[in-house]
Order: sequence, then C-alpha cells, then structure tokens
Amino acid sequence: MKVREFLCKKRKTMQFEQILQYTFSGLSTGAIYALIGIGFSIIFTATGIINFAQGEFVMLGGMLTLFFLEVLKLPLWAAIPSAVAVSALAGLLFERLAIRPLRQPTPLNLVIVTIAGSILIRGLAMLLWGKDTHAIPPFTGDEPISIAGATILPQHIWILAITLLIIAVNKFFFYHTISGKAMRACSYNRRAAGLVGIDVHRMVLFSFVISSVLGSLAGIIVAPLTMTAYDVGIMLGLKGFCAAIIGGMSSGMATVVGGLILGVLESLGAGLISSGYKDAIAFIILLLILFIRPQGLFGKAESERV
Amino acid sequence: MKRELLKFLLFAVLILVAPLAFKGGYLLNVLVFVGINTMLAVALNLLLGYAGQISLGHAGFFGIGAYLSGVLTATCGWNPWLAMPFAALAVGILAGLIGFPILKLKGHYLAMATLGLGIIIYIVFNETVDLTGGPSGLSGIPNFAVGSLVFDSDIKNYYLVWTFTLAVVLFSVNLAGSRVGRALRAVHDSEVAARVMGVNVRLLKVQVFALSAVICSLAGSLYAHTMTFISPVSFGFNFSVELLTMVVIGGLGSVYGSFLGAALLTLLPELLRGAQDYDIVIYGGLLMVMVMFVPGGLVRGIPDLFRRMARLREDAGNA
Amino acid sequence: MRKLIATCSVVSICFLSATAVFAAGTVKIGGLFAVTGPAAFLGEPERNTAKMVVEEINKAGGIKGHKLELIAYDTSGDATKAVQLATKLIKDDHVTAIIGPSTTGESMAVIQVAEREQVPLISCAAGIKITEPVKKWVFKTAQNDTLAVVKIYEYLQKHKLSKVAILTVSDGFGASGREQLKSQAAKNGISIVSDDTYGPKDTDMTAQLTKIRGSQAQAIICWGTNPGPAVIAKNVRQLGIKTPLFMSHGVSSKKFIELAGEAAEGIKLPSGKVIVAELLPASDRQKSSLMAFVKDYKLHYHAEGDHFGGHAWDAVMLLKNAIEHGGDSRVTIREQLEKTHGFAGIGGVFSYSARDHAGLNKDAFVLVEVRKKGWVIVK
Repeated sequence: MKVREFLCKKRKTMQFEQILQYTFSGLSTGAIYALIGIGFSIIFTATGIINFAQGEFVMLGGMLTLFFLEVLKLPLWAAIPSAVAVSALAGLLFERLAIRPLRQPTPLNLVIVTIAGSILIRGLAMLLWGKDTHAIPPFTGDEPISIAGATILPQHIWILAITLLIIAVNKFFFYHTISGKAMRACSYNRRAAGLVGIDVHRMVLFSFVISSVLGSLAGIIVAPLTMTAYDVGIMLGLKGFCAAIIGGMSSGMATVVGGLILGVLESLGAGLISSGYKDAIAFIILLLILFIRPQGLFGKAESERV
Repeated sequence: MKRELLKFLLFAVLILVAPLAFKGGYLLNVLVFVGINTMLAVALNLLLGYAGQISLGHAGFFGIGAYLSGVLTATCGWNPWLAMPFAALAVGILAGLIGFPILKLKGHYLAMATLGLGIIIYIVFNETVDLTGGPSGLSGIPNFAVGSLVFDSDIKNYYLVWTFTLAVVLFSVNLAGSRVGRALRAVHDSEVAARVMGVNVRLLKVQVFALSAVICSLAGSLYAHTMTFISPVSFGFNFSVELLTMVVIGGLGSVYGSFLGAALLTLLPELLRGAQDYDIVIYGGLLMVMVMFVPGGLVRGIPDLFRRMARLREDAGNA
Repeated sequence: MRKLIATCSVVSICFLSATAVFAAGTVKIGGLFAVTGPAAFLGEPERNTAKMVVEEINKAGGIKGHKLELIAYDTSGDATKAVQLATKLIKDDHVTAIIGPSTTGESMAVIQVAEREQVPLISCAAGIKITEPVKKWVFKTAQNDTLAVVKIYEYLQKHKLSKVAILTVSDGFGASGREQLKSQAAKNGISIVSDDTYGPKDTDMTAQLTKIRGSQAQAIICWGTNPGPAVIAKNVRQLGIKTPLFMSHGVSSKKFIELAGEAAEGIKLPSGKVIVAELLPASDRQKSSLMAFVKDYKLHYHAEGDHFGGHAWDAVMLLKNAIEHGGDSRVTIREQLEKTHGFAGIGGVFSYSARDHAGLNKDAFVLVEVRKKGWVIVK
C-alpha cells in the first residue's frame, strides 16, 4: 500500500515537473513570437500593411550576427549592434525602394510586394551565405540551470530579459517621445496626423525601421538556441503573425501576452496532446480568435469598417 | 456578349492547335500544368477579382480535391470519374460551411484566416499517414480512362485538362456578364451599397467561395490523375501564394488575365533554368517590379505599354 | 504575336538540341537533384559529385572513347517539377539514363515517367518503396532506411536495451524512418514506448523530450536531418537526460558536430562508411573507392565529401560500368545494371539482380559515435 502511494505521489510530482518544463519552453519560444508580432503590429498600425517580409528580418538578424562574428571576426558585443544596424538599413531600403514607389498601394498589391520582398531577401541571403545551417555561440555559456525540477539555459534568461527590456523601451518610445506620439497619431488617423504637421511618410519609414530592428533582435537572441539558416524566417514570421492577431494587432502588451500564450499552448500541445499537430494548434487558435473575437483577445469590439 | 464569345472561340482554337507547335516535346508537359494552373487562377480570380475577397488558402482546396481523388481511387479502388465529382462535392460542402464564419472577416484578417486554414489542411495531409501516406506521398493513383483509351501521355492529358479548363473559362466569362457577376462586382465596390440594392451579400460571398473551392478541387483531381503521385509539398502555403501571384500579375477580374498569369508563372522557371541558384532572386525581383510598374496586371499592362510606345513614336514623328 | 515569337524560339531550340544529339560519340546522362529547397543538403553534394565524377571520367579519356555529358537540373525538392524535368531530359535532351531524384517523394513521382519512356533511372533516395516492388527500369544507390534501423536495433539488443522512444521529423525522410523503426521493432525484440514527431523548421523540442523523459525509454532514437537533430541534441543536454541518444544517417556529416557542439558528444548513429574512410582496415573492399571520392571532393570543392554525394558517385560509376560492359543504348544499360555484381562503391558493395534493384545489405552501414568532435567506429 505504502509503495503504491509513494509511486502515485512520485507520478504527480513528475507531472508537475513536466508541465513546468513545458511552460518554460513555451515562454521562451513565446517571447520570440511576441517580438516578431510586435514588429508586425507596429507596421500594421502605422500603415495598414501586413508585412510578409517580417520573418526575413528575423533571419537577417541571425545570419548577419554570424557574418560579423565569423567573417569579420568581431566580438559578440560588437557583432550584435552591427547586425541590428544593417537590418535596420535593410528595412529602410525595403520601404524606400519597394513600398513607397508603389503606384497603386491597394492592400492586395501591398501583400504581393511584401511577399516578393521576402522571396528576394531570402534569395539574396542564400546566394551570399549559402544554404547551410549555422550555429551561433550562446551569449554566456550553456550550462543548464535547474528551477524547481525544470531546466533552462542561460540563453533563455537572455531571451526573456531582452524581450522585457524591448517592451519597456517600446512603451517609453510610443508614449513619451515626440516621434512615438506622432506615430501613434498616424495610426489613429493618417489624414488628421498629416494635417497637424506630422510627416506621415517619415513615420511610415520609421515603422519599417523599428520593426526590422525588433525582428533582427528576435533573430539574434534566439539563434544560439535554434541555429540559423537563410530560410528560418518563414515559419517564425507566420507564428509572430498569429501572436499579433491574438493580441489584436496592438503594439503593446496585448501582443506580448498573445505571443506567450501561443508559445505555452504550443508547448503544452506538443507534450500532452500530439507533437505532430503542434503547429495546427497555433493556427486553430488563430482561426477561433478571428471567428469569435476578431479584435483580439483583449481588444474592445470595434464597429464594422466599410 | 458576341465579342466575348468570339474572344473565347479564338482562345479555344489557339489552345487546340498549340500542341502542333511542340511536337510532343517536353514543353507540352509544362502546358498541361499551365492548364491546371489556369483553372486554379480563374477560380481564385472569381473570389478575388470579382467578389474582392482574398484567400491565401486555396492550395488547401486544391489539395483536398487531389487527395480525395487519390485516396478513393488508389486505396478504395473507385473509378476516377466517380471520385472527381465526389471530391468536388465534398470540398464544396466544406468550403460552404467554413465560408460563413470566415467570410465575415475582411481584408488582412481574411488573408490571415485563409492562410491559417491552408496551413491546417497541409498539416492534416502530413499527419494522417495511414490515409494519405504522409510526407512521403501517395503513389499508384490511376490515370483517367474512357473505355480502352487511357489518358497516360502528355498529349492525351493536354486535351483532357484543357477541356476542363476551357469549360471553366467559358463558365467564368459567362458568369461575369450575368446578374450574379454584376452583384459580385457591386459587393467588390461597396458591400453596404450592394446590400441596399437587395443583394444577399453574405450568401453570395459564401456561394462564390464554395464555387471557387469546387473548381480548385476539380483541378486537384485532374492533377492527381495526370501525375499519378501526390505529396503534401505541392499543396502548401507557397503554392497558395503562387496562385495569388498568378491572379494579380495576370490582372484582377480578368479571366484571360488569369491565363496569362498562370502561363507566365508556370513557364518562368523554365526560362530561368539557366540562371540556376539565381532564379529565386530573379523571381522575387520580377514579382516586385511587376507589382510596382504594372499594377493592373499583364492584361492591362501590355496594351498600356503599346499605347505608350505608340505615343512616343508619335512624339518622335512630330519632332 | 508573342505566342508566335515564343513558338518560333521554342522550335529553334528544339532544332538546336536535336542537332546536338548527333555530336560525335558523347553519352548523355541526365541528373535530377534537389539543389535548392528543403532537401538542398542532399541535392547540392549530389550534383557537385556527379559533375566531378563526370569530369574525372572525361579527363581519363571517357568510357571506351565516348565522352560523358551530364545535364543536371534542379528540382527544388518538388515532385511536380521533378516529373516535368524528367520528361524534359528524355524528350528534349535525349539522355540515355537519369541519375536522381534526391528524395523519395520525387523518385516515386518520376518512376512512372521512366517506366513509360523506358529509360534507366538510378535514384539517389533512400525510400524502400522505390525499388520494392521491383520496377523494370528503376534502380537506386542510397541505402534502404531499414538497414540503418537494423544497425541501431542490433546494438540495442546486444546491450539489452529494449524500450525505446522515437522522435522523427515530419517530412519524407522522417516519415520513412518512423515507418521502418516501427515495423522492424518487434522482429528485433524492441518495444516503442513513446512515438513523437517534430516539424522540419521547429526550433525547440524540449516539450517532446520532456514527455520522453517521463516515459520509461532506455534509448532515444531521433530520425531527421540538420538542423533538427542538433537542436534535439542540445535540448537533451539542457534537460539533463542521460538516456543514450541515437541519430539517423541523415546527420552523418561534420556539419552535425559543428551545429550541436558539445551536445554531440557520445551520440551514436549508423552511417555510410565515407565519414570513417580513413579508419577502415585496408582489407575493406570499399576503401579504395572511398579514399578516391574523399580526395577528389576535397580537390574540387574544398569541402568534406559526405555519403549523400556518395549516392551520386555510385550512380555515375554504376552507369560507367554498365556502359563499359555493354553499350550505350538504354536497353543494354538496363540489362548490364541488373548484372552488376560486387561493385564496391561509396554506399556499399552493390549486387543488383532481377529481384533486387537496391543492391545493398546491412554491411553498407557502420555504427559510429561522436567523440572529441570526430567519429569513431562502434564495435
């Protein structure tokens, strides 16, 4: 009898440990989804564009860091800002060369142009850096850390910390700086913003630069765990998209929470239900939310736009 | 209407005699796929160009058609001619059911939802290994046959596929000029206005969605029985995007535009073959340039170009 | 007008290629490799190797005075494209034999073309159904997955480990591995206690591994190609799982060790002999082929040759043999291929027969272990 009770108890703690582990894993992937998702929503709120090339900036972050580390032999602390700077430049060029000159910026043409952009960026990356997957060294060692029976890596802490930092900076920027406020004004009403003297074009450019910075940062902090290749951007981009939709396309906390929920559900789904349908879970959630609460999990209902 | 009919007849004759130019070479095989892709592009165009509803998941319907046809014939031993309408019916019902909640969404949200739907379908193809063969694909699908005539060569398949494609083209051309077509265009321009005019907007949108899915399913069956092998990769997100590109590059709302788009995008890889690894870059670049400089699509862009050239010549003549 | 121009140019191309067929004494072979796309890790070394071997053969004077010409196309891993290009090779390029495609899916799709047009096809993919049941015109050089599975199971049996957890990638490679792992288990006294999959682009597999940790598995077998298995190796280390980890031959290249770093240490996997060519005893029949391949590849591409490239090496050499023994018509090539006996190549020692178009036995694989960033053979 005693033995059975003991076994039972052991089983329960095992399960608790497992669920804790699923949650940790989910939170770290979720943080990445959140960062990508915020990038999506910043551009969306400023311009109404869904930037299908967002995932490619995630790839650029990882691949450029690798390039600076391996080819130019820069130390990590210098490679990261350089990679972010180059990605920002890529974002800027993308807006200036592809989005702005568009003669008929209908939503459909914008979708196609960003898809074309993503194919182009991916292709160029493939030509420049080849098709191989590459590993990037972790920021600070890779000795596992044990927390209440679950284990994480130092890199996971980096991911969570940097995500939090970015969210804080983001919040500060949008609510306490002139440029940030101007961008918000554009997202509420572009015409009115233009009338009060805000340079709407510049704000659009800004939004592309900021979101490419966010995307590349996400790519950089995740690369030591997941490795990087020219084609990592597609799936990560789509997942980031889901996060943004769950968060109702806001550039704030809602998208972050959306990303985290998505990450955790995916991880729990893979562990407890079926690993094969793990990705389907993300998209089923997406559909359900779109059907039931198209304004996002936390948004207020909006009147139908004609 | 007479003009439309004349246009169609000219097109049909062109299609019928085209194989003579290729003498059974390899390009004939590519033209079979141009036919299938034209069918798909026309189907998506009904939804996108006429009713103004975007879909990034049409490859999914194409896939369901192909898989239903494939599984029913290869595993259950049905006759392909029976499997094809059955698959189409099933896809029609499915699309009708999903259509109601999904078409409530607009613009980017609709794009996302259909994208999600497409990916879920793709995952199901991959995961139901016992039924579909999973990622390794389903082989041993029989060809179409009428009596002792088996459609197993490129030339036979060419005429088989294009018969269906021409029928779809004719149907779409007719639809565009009909009452339904006008109602669709009204929905495209303003849903509220259309509703005021007495159009049951919601039902109409769902009907077009289902119709478009049914055509995709038919194309899927044709694909399965001409290829005799299918695997999930052919029905993924990338193909949905490619279909969308065909429609936009060809020209929204134009049936023949969809043909031009489908033909261009199917033949493009053949032209870029010499470029080897550079083809993906050229493809992306070309796509971007097309949308930037020929936003109305080929069907409007080419006459535009001629007009501009004529004007230039005139200017030169005057000077 | 456009149509007319297109037609004219196509006709003229056909005409040009038709004249090329009659150029003096070249034997044309076609290649279908997935050089881009998800299977690029297979297609790229295969294409490189095929090009290299053809070049080397021509440098040495060709086959019985005939030069070889390789016409290689990129299928990007897409079955539709593979079928189109196979047709192109046969109808427009008039090749006498085809090497490839790289993946099982593409090969299955191309089989019908090869059979219908009666062209010898030597696939570089591993799927068992390519040559089982035997198709008249279809051969293959990549080792069957079954052989790799059996190699692992034999080791497990020897060490009295009977409960395994399998974690396979959800693409063609993983699906085929999963099927074989399951179907061979009972025969070898193995029971599968946990069966999970992961997506080819997944970046974190701790969820699946946590589940496996909770099971009673005595060994974990992971079936996939880079980068997934490297992520899994790292995740296993992170979770502190001590259960021995086995990989498939899909990662038997230096790339895997480079990606997984420290986490690769101690992992065992079945592999073609190419990565351990230098460690093989001189008595090994394949040794000279292997050393030649490794040396040539290094010379041509400044990179390590892997066993994927080896599949193409074997295919070209088998064709060369067949042409040497018979003639360069499609029918005689097929007949001679079927008579191949004891050909020591990269993937193993090939002996085809009318009933066996795969031609290898389980000696084609060795079990290797990663130690100090290198390979050692597990006895």
